[in-house]
Amino acid sequence: MTLLIQQFINGLSVGSIYALIALGYTLVYGIIKLINFAHGEIMMMGAYFAFITVITMGLPFLATLIFSMVLAALLGITIETVAYKPLRKAPRISALITAIGMSLFLQNLAQVIFGADPKVMPDLIPKRPINIAGIQIGTVTIVTIILSVFFMIVLDLFIKNTKPGKAMRAVSEDKEASVIMGINVNRTISITFAIGSALGALGGVLYSVAYTQVYPTMGIMPGLKAFVAAVLGGIGLIPGAMLGGFIIGMVETVSKAYLSSQWSDAIVFGILILVLIVKPTGILGKNEREKV
Amino acid sequence: MKKDTLKSYLINLLAIVVLFIIMKMLISNGVLNRYYVGIIVFIGVNIILASSLNIATGFLGQLALGHAGFMATGAYTSAITAMTLIDRGVALPNSVILIISLIAAGTVSLLVSLIIGIPSLRLRGDYLGIITLGFGEVIRVFINNIKFTGGAQGLTGIPMLTTFDNTFWITVFVIFVLYTFTNSKHGRAIISIREDEIAAEAVGIPTTFYKVLGFSTAAFFGGVGGGLYAHYLAFLDPNIFGFMRSVEILVIVVLGGMGSLTGSIIAAIVLTILPEALRDFAQYRLLIYSFLLVAMMIFRPQGLFGTAEFSMKMFLHKLRHNQIISPRKEIKDGD
Amino acid sequence: MALLETKDLTMQFGGLTAVDNFEISVDKDELVGLIGPNGAGKTTIFNMLTGVYTPTEGSIHIGGKNAIGKTPYQIVKLGGARTFQNIRLFKDLKVIDNIKIAYHHEVDYNILNGVFRTKKFWQGEKKAYEEALEFLKIFEMEDYADTLAKNLPYGKQRKLEIARALATKPKILMLDEPAAGMNPQETKELMETIHFIKDKFDIAILLIEHDMNLVMGICERIVVIDYGKIIAKGTPDEIKNNPDVIRVYLGE
Repeated sequence: MTLLIQQFINGLSVGSIYALIALGYTLVYGIIKLINFAHGEIMMMGAYFAFITVITMGLPFLATLIFSMVLAALLGITIETVAYKPLRKAPRISALITAIGMSLFLQNLAQVIFGADPKVMPDLIPKRPINIAGIQIGTVTIVTIILSVFFMIVLDLFIKNTKPGKAMRAVSEDKEASVIMGINVNRTISITFAIGSALGALGGVLYSVAYTQVYPTMGIMPGLKAFVAAVLGGIGLIPGAMLGGFIIGMVETVSKAYLSSQWSDAIVFGILILVLIVKPTGILGKNEREKV
Repeated sequence: MKKDTLKSYLINLLAIVVLFIIMKMLISNGVLNRYYVGIIVFIGVNIILASSLNIATGFLGQLALGHAGFMATGAYTSAITAMTLIDRGVALPNSVILIISLIAAGTVSLLVSLIIGIPSLRLRGDYLGIITLGFGEVIRVFINNIKFTGGAQGLTGIPMLTTFDNTFWITVFVIFVLYTFTNSKHGRAIISIREDEIAAEAVGIPTTFYKVLGFSTAAFFGGVGGGLYAHYLAFLDPNIFGFMRSVEILVIVVLGGMGSLTGSIIAAIVLTILPEALRDFAQYRLLIYSFLLVAMMIFRPQGLFGTAEFSMKMFLHKLRHNQIISPRKEIKDGD
Repeated sequence: MALLETKDLTMQFGGLTAVDNFEISVDKDELVGLIGPNGAGKTTIFNMLTGVYTPTEGSIHIGGKNAIGKTPYQIVKLGGARTFQNIRLFKDLKVIDNIKIAYHHEVDYNILNGVFRTKKFWQGEKKAYEEALEFLKIFEMEDYADTLAKNLPYGKQRKLEIARALATKPKILMLDEPAAGMNPQETKELMETIHFIKDKFDIAILLIEHDMNLVMGICERIVVIDYGKIIAKGTPDEIKNNPDVIRVYLGE
């Protein structure tokens, strides 16, 4: 029984990281209908930003975290302005190719700058098991869950109550109407990328602290899984990303514990195929046909 | 067919034969040594891979990210077919065994593409990209784990059936088939789907059929390219067929122009020779490729040739009328 | 049976009835207009007639054959052609190629014929080219044959889209807000085009439109719907003076 609860909590932790990254995909898809293939790399860069910050400035955990989130936000805005904005009116396939190119570019850039060998992430959070009601939970796990939930709540409040948040919802729903209503669409899109990237970086930092490694290709698998999570929950829907993230986290933890790591990857991919064939709009998605 | 058209077909054929003869002479007197012949073979393989991918991505307009998977399927199928035929003592000349193996390679790749394509082609473009990417990886993992294919250690002892001669003529044949295919009513149907799928359906084109046709044609010839490759390398390692390989082929297609076979040929030549010439910068290769991909999409999405094709007819027409080549002027269809 | 006939056509989305027992009949040489306020269900009806939606209840017959459960391209084979509110041309292709694609089923050669350039191929291509050019001549657009569709002026683009739909040799032509985005001059030319089509081709024409000048000017019969139900049917004069119609458009 305790083992089950342990697995459940691990699943929550992994799931919350996937949820954070999935939010990045879903926010961007919601607003410009593009799958940002490079999002996994933003997560990776977030981890590197944290690594560099700790190594050079020795800042404590929270400061490092904020710092890397801000840098990632700036990176996200830059990528959008340089690579995606020029292609807003271009055919889908061009934007998708650009996103793939950007993803690979960032991976290779990180490799050239930092080297391909994994770096060890210092223990920003002192690793100790904490005993809660007879169950051993790692400090990292607790911090991960707390921080993730915290930022998800902040995001939710932001979207619902602030002007830029409402603007994000408006542009997602109807870009042309938003322009007529006087919303600065470009700035809203930039803000969306900034937030999505910051959350991705948060996921990256937590991931690298948990698994202690930082390397250029670390964003590929988590990025892919978080994408599956976003699609599973309902692409473009914020609660969908959170729901999907936790489900995928659970699925991964359980299948890793009872089957194998390779199988768990295959199962996640299988879930994607299933969702796309059965209900492409995801669990929380509406049943919409393309309007002519 | 019209006299002009017949004339241009014959001149094309003549030009190709002359090219072949010149190259053979250069090989026999040693100017083109083994190293260069190897590069020429790889150029041929890349031309086949790029132009086949172009059918799915350039002409049909669907983002197919797992082309290396079809290349791998073809490579292994061809290798195993040839090895089986030779082991059984089938007494046929090498080129014939190669052709049989390549047909097997293409066919198996085609069948795999039907399994992937028929459910996925109903989905919107974004998702097709992810699914083909995933399947490319699945095929690779599959090959990695079967003893039959040598598993992770790779497959050795593949008969070296690929020569300059058969590479040259197989490449010419593939380009011929793809060119005539895209310049027929079936090619038009496929292109119309790229232009506007909903309009194509509204005008009576059975879109699912043509999407599957375009996708499986790409897979078939991707397999053929893989087979040719296998019989030159004589050794296969599943890890050379990963996502990076798919991206490299995609870069050739994008650079040449999505929708131009001429572009794929030129770009394949450039992107096969360049990495060889710039061997010292090998570690930056992927960095440069990915940068190229992004830069092209932003600044010159049509690549080198856009959707234009070299047309001997047009070339002769302009020569005859002493016109400087102008992109806007096009001769009328009926000429 | 008329070329287009529907009975008890109903469309329900969840609990909402978007279209309720819609009945219409359009026969050869008839030009019928379908009007109604925004959200009345016109586009839903159109989408049912063209195979985009499957009706919850009712029947649709095109050329006497059942049209329910057919995909859009099968509807074309039955003889139902349509144009779109936002003009959908093959923009980067030449005008003549836009027409040639509509001849897809007329041109009779298979893939192998095409690849190996057999006699059937050359004959088929010649036929496609010549017929397409003839067709453009009918619409006085032969000079634009080699122009890219995206470079045509807006009014000509719409004309091309209608010509392309007619090239599929339909029994019924369904036009979805053809005057959308047009200035008065273009609308006038559109009306002439539609008149011309009505005279020259023996087909049925169904038209959704908001532009009252166009509707009153060329339709012989008009059907008015509101909230998914038919509220009036008749000639333009009858509809103009129908109190229910006036109420629906202008309020009490």
